[in-house]
Amino acid sequence: MLTSNIIILAIIATSIATYISRFMGALTSEKVSAESNIFKWFNCVAYSTLAALLGRMIIFPAGVLAESELITRLIVFFICIAIFIISKKNLVIPTILSAILLSTLNSL
Amino acid sequence: MINSQAFFKGLKSLKGARSPALPLAACFIALGALLKDAGFNIQQSAASSFFTYALPGQLVMAESLLLGVSIVNIFLAVWLVNFRLYPMTVSLFPLLEHKSQPKWKYYLSCHFLAVSSWLIAKDSYKKINAKYRIDFWIGIGVGTWSTAVIMTLLGYLVADLLNKEMLIGFAIVNPIYFFCMMIGAMKNLSVSISVILGTILGPVIYLFSTEWSLLFAGLIAGSVAFLLGEKNVN
Repeated sequence: MLTSNIIILAIIATSIATYISRFMGALTSEKVSAESNIFKWFNCVAYSTLAALLGRMIIFPAGVLAESELITRLIVFFICIAIFIISKKNLVIPTILSAILLSTLNSL
Repeated sequence: MINSQAFFKGLKSLKGARSPALPLAACFIALGALLKDAGFNIQQSAASSFFTYALPGQLVMAESLLLGVSIVNIFLAVWLVNFRLYPMTVSLFPLLEHKSQPKWKYYLSCHFLAVSSWLIAKDSYKKINAKYRIDFWIGIGVGTWSTAVIMTLLGYLVADLLNKEMLIGFAIVNPIYFFCMMIGAMKNLSVSISVILGTILGPVIYLFSTEWSLLFAGLIAGSVAFLLGEKNVN
């Protein structure tokens, strides 16, 4: 069982580790013009890092998602992305369907 | 001090068909249940979302704690997984900059930076007068951040009613929603290459380095996309 002090220390450490990146980003932004090339580069890196994180969440997930099969997650992923594109970018249908599909397929 | 019209416009982004409320609710309910399972009390669970407000980092924290990892190593692991917030902030805040606005607004509101708020702000900042974009951003941020905290509490309270299949279903909503949002943002060559190459490199580099994979995948895919995008323009 985790002790209360360790949990509080972990919350503080996690919060500081997270805020550092946000705050450094706000400081750097003061020197970066929205028209500059460096801004465009940061934009590409931001999208890539985010895509890398999401790709990893599907292929090598953390938390409860790790208890589902990779092939099931991939099936759900491709079906939902296809629906998103076919439905002219409707966000509600694929997101709700993803939960129902994965729960159902996983319990089979 | 804060332009209320711009603020409420931002807050209202929680409503409507493109609202991030649903995916935020799903993943933070799952997180609340997970934290309860890990031995957190209700105040600690809420505090985690209140002060950290970055789901992947919170998951790393909970898993590391259960494995008995030291606080220093938790700090490093979280820093690496949440480092994406740095390029995300730098690719958003210059768009919200205005000389008449005080710096504290930027320093405080950077806490609201998360995938959901970032994608909404990038999608809609142009509709707002440049002077009040930071207030619009604060509106988006207050809405998404408070949703996350409330849903963590809810997840904690209803944890016993949720079975494993339901939690697994909740957990997939987040990556699917954000993937859809990113596909929607693929309006030029450099962003399209960034998204596709990042999605591939993230898991591939993970096979070689679990901790550094996001950083490397982001830098490599982002730089390639930038260069190809520039070449195409010229």
